[in-house]
Amino acid sequence: MTSAQDRLPRLLALVPYLIARPGVRVDEAAADFGVPARQLRKDLELLWMCGLPGYGPGDLIDLSFEGDTISVAFDAGMNRPLRLTGTEATALLVALNTLLEAPGVADADAVRRAAAKIEAAAGQAQPAGVAVGLGVREGETTARSRRVVQGALRAGHALRMTYYTASRDRITERTVDPMRMLIVEGRSYLEAWCRRAEAVRLFRLDRIDDVTELDEPAAPPPYAEQTDTSAGLFRERPDHEVAQLVLAPDARWVSEYYPVEKVTELDDGYLRVRMRYADESWMVRLLLGLGGDVTVEEPTALAHGLRDRARRALSRAGQLAVTP
Amino acid sequence: MSVARAERLVNLVLCLLSTRQYLPAERIRAIVAGYADAPTDEAFHRMFERDKNELRDLGIPLEFGSNRTIDAEDGYRIARRDYELGDIDLEPDEAAAVALAVRLWDSPELTGAAAGALLKLRAAGVDVDQGVPAVVEPKVRTTEPAFGPLLAAVQAGRAVRFDYRRPSPAELRTRTLEPWGVVSWRGRWYVVGHDRDRNAPRCFRLSRIAGDVRAFGRPGVVSRPPDVDLLEFVSASTGELPDTTTVRLWVAEHRAAGLRRRATVVGEQTIDDVPGDVIELELHHPDSAASWIAGYGEDALVLEPEVLRKTVHERLLAAAGGAR
Repeated sequence: MTSAQDRLPRLLALVPYLIARPGVRVDEAAADFGVPARQLRKDLELLWMCGLPGYGPGDLIDLSFEGDTISVAFDAGMNRPLRLTGTEATALLVALNTLLEAPGVADADAVRRAAAKIEAAAGQAQPAGVAVGLGVREGETTARSRRVVQGALRAGHALRMTYYTASRDRITERTVDPMRMLIVEGRSYLEAWCRRAEAVRLFRLDRIDDVTELDEPAAPPPYAEQTDTSAGLFRERPDHEVAQLVLAPDARWVSEYYPVEKVTELDDGYLRVRMRYADESWMVRLLLGLGGDVTVEEPTALAHGLRDRARRALSRAGQLAVTP
Repeated sequence: MSVARAERLVNLVLCLLSTRQYLPAERIRAIVAGYADAPTDEAFHRMFERDKNELRDLGIPLEFGSNRTIDAEDGYRIARRDYELGDIDLEPDEAAAVALAVRLWDSPELTGAAAGALLKLRAAGVDVDQGVPAVVEPKVRTTEPAFGPLLAAVQAGRAVRFDYRRPSPAELRTRTLEPWGVVSWRGRWYVVGHDRDRNAPRCFRLSRIAGDVRAFGRPGVVSRPPDVDLLEFVSASTGELPDTTTVRLWVAEHRAAGLRRRATVVGEQTIDDVPGDVIELELHHPDSAASWIAGYGEDALVLEPEVLRKTVHERLLAAAGGAR
C-alpha cells in the first residue's frame, strides 16, 4: 500500500482519535499513526479545510492548537472511527486466536477478553477466509526447556545450555543472554546473545538438550539487534557455497523446505535448483539421505564427496553382515 | 492522492454522514466542496464513480436508495450506525494482547490490515503500546504469491482456476476450485474448497500453485458450508503422526551426535576396526527416518528392523552410483 492510499483512512481516524485524547501532543499522535510529525501537521491542515456543506465558520472542522498539543473544537459529525473491514477484523481476530494456541504466549485470559470485545465492536465484520494453526509439537524435554527459558526471560537472567547444532552435528555447552522467544513457522526459538559466538543467535527449543537458569543478569550488549524474520530465518552470506541440484519428484520437497533459487522445471516433474549452504557436512547429510532422488551437477567436489561417502558406508555395512 | 481529492473525499463522507435523506448525484455535485471543479457532466460522473469506489474499498457503507416522497430521485447516504465502530474499551492486559497480535503477521496483505484495525482502535480511544516486548512472539508469514489473489477470491465469494503441480506422481493440471478459505497449518499455507473437477472438498498447498490464480464468475456465488472447520480439514488431510517404532543402530564413537542425543546406548561393538556404540532410538516418522539415518553415511548403520536397513541400503546404493 502506498502512502497516498494510507492517507484517507488516517484522515478519517484522526478527528475521533483527537476527541478521545484532548490535548494530545503532535509527536505522540504522529507516533501512534506511524507517520512523521510533519505529515501529521499536513493532515491536520487539510482537515481544517473540510466540513459540512455551506463551509462557513460553523461548518468546518475546528481544531485548536496550544503549543504542541491539539484539541477538537468542532468535529462536523465525525466523532467515531469507521468500523473494521472484514479483512481488518480477520487479521486481528485470527491473530488473537493464534496467540491462544502458541505455547507460553501472553495471558490466555486477556487474549480471550480482548477478542470478545473486538468481536462485539466489529459487529458484522466477522473474521472469514483465513485460519491459522501453529500446530507446535512439543515433547517433554522441549516443554521443560520452554519453562526454564521463559522463567529466565521474566527474571532477566542468563542461561547455561547444552545445544545441538544441526548444521555441524555437534553438541556444545553455551552461556547465552536471552532476548526473546519466537514462534516461526510452527517452531519455537530462543533469540539470545551467545557469549561463545559473540553474536545474536536463534536457538531452536527442540534442540536444547539441557538448560539451567543462572543467578546472573542477562546482559546482551546494546548493539545486539533482534533478527528480522520477515524474509525467513535463513540468512544469505557471501561465504556460502552454492550447489546446483536436479531433484526427482520425490525430492521436490527440498525446494519447498529450504530456500532455493533459479528454479527450472524439467520434464517428468524433475526440478533443477540452486541451493545455498553454509556447511558442507550438513549438505552431504541431506543429499546422502535423498539417495537416488537427487543429482549434484555442481560443484564437482560435492558430487564426488557424496559418492565416496556412500561407498564407504556400503562397505562398512558389508562388514557388519560378516561381523559375528 | 492529491490534496484536492483527499479533501473532497473527506467532505463527501462528512456530507453523507450528516444527511438522512438520500442525496442525488446532482445535489452532491452542487453542495459538496470539490465537485464544482468538474468542467463537464461527463467529467463529474467519472470523478464521482471513482470516489464512490474509493469509499467502498475502504469499507464505508455507502447506501443507494430513494426517499419516500413523490418523484424523488434516487440518491446516496451513509447510515451512521453502519459506519461507526462500536464502543470498545480495553484493559491494559487486553491492549497488550492486541499489540502482540498485530505483530503476528509477516504478510503484505495481513500486516496492513492489522495495522488498519489498530489505527481504528486507537481512534476509538484504546491505548495500545507497541513498544512493549513480549516474552514469546509468534510470527506467521505469507510469501506465496498465490496468497493475496486467493484471499481476495474467498472474500469476494468467487471461484478460481490455477495450475497445480502434484509431486508424486508428477503432474501439472489446471484445477477449478470454489475456495472457502486459506489456512496456515504448521507454517505452510493451504487453500481449502470445493474442487469442481472432483466434485469433493479438497485442499491444495499454495507453494505448489504454478503461475497466476484467476478468479472468475460472479462474486458471492461461493460460500463456505457452515459445518466445515477449515483448520480441522487441513490437519486431517495432511496426516497425523504414524505410530512410533523402536530401531537399533550402530554408531561410530564420537560421531552422529544428532542420532545419539535422542537415543539410549545399549552396548558397544567394533565394526570394520572402528569402535562404536549400539543405540536404541524411538522414531516418529519411519519414512523420513531412513533419509535421516542414511545421511550419516558410514557413521551410522541400521541393525534392525530389516525393512529400515533395506531402505537405507537402497538410498546409499543409489547415491554411490549416482555421480559416476
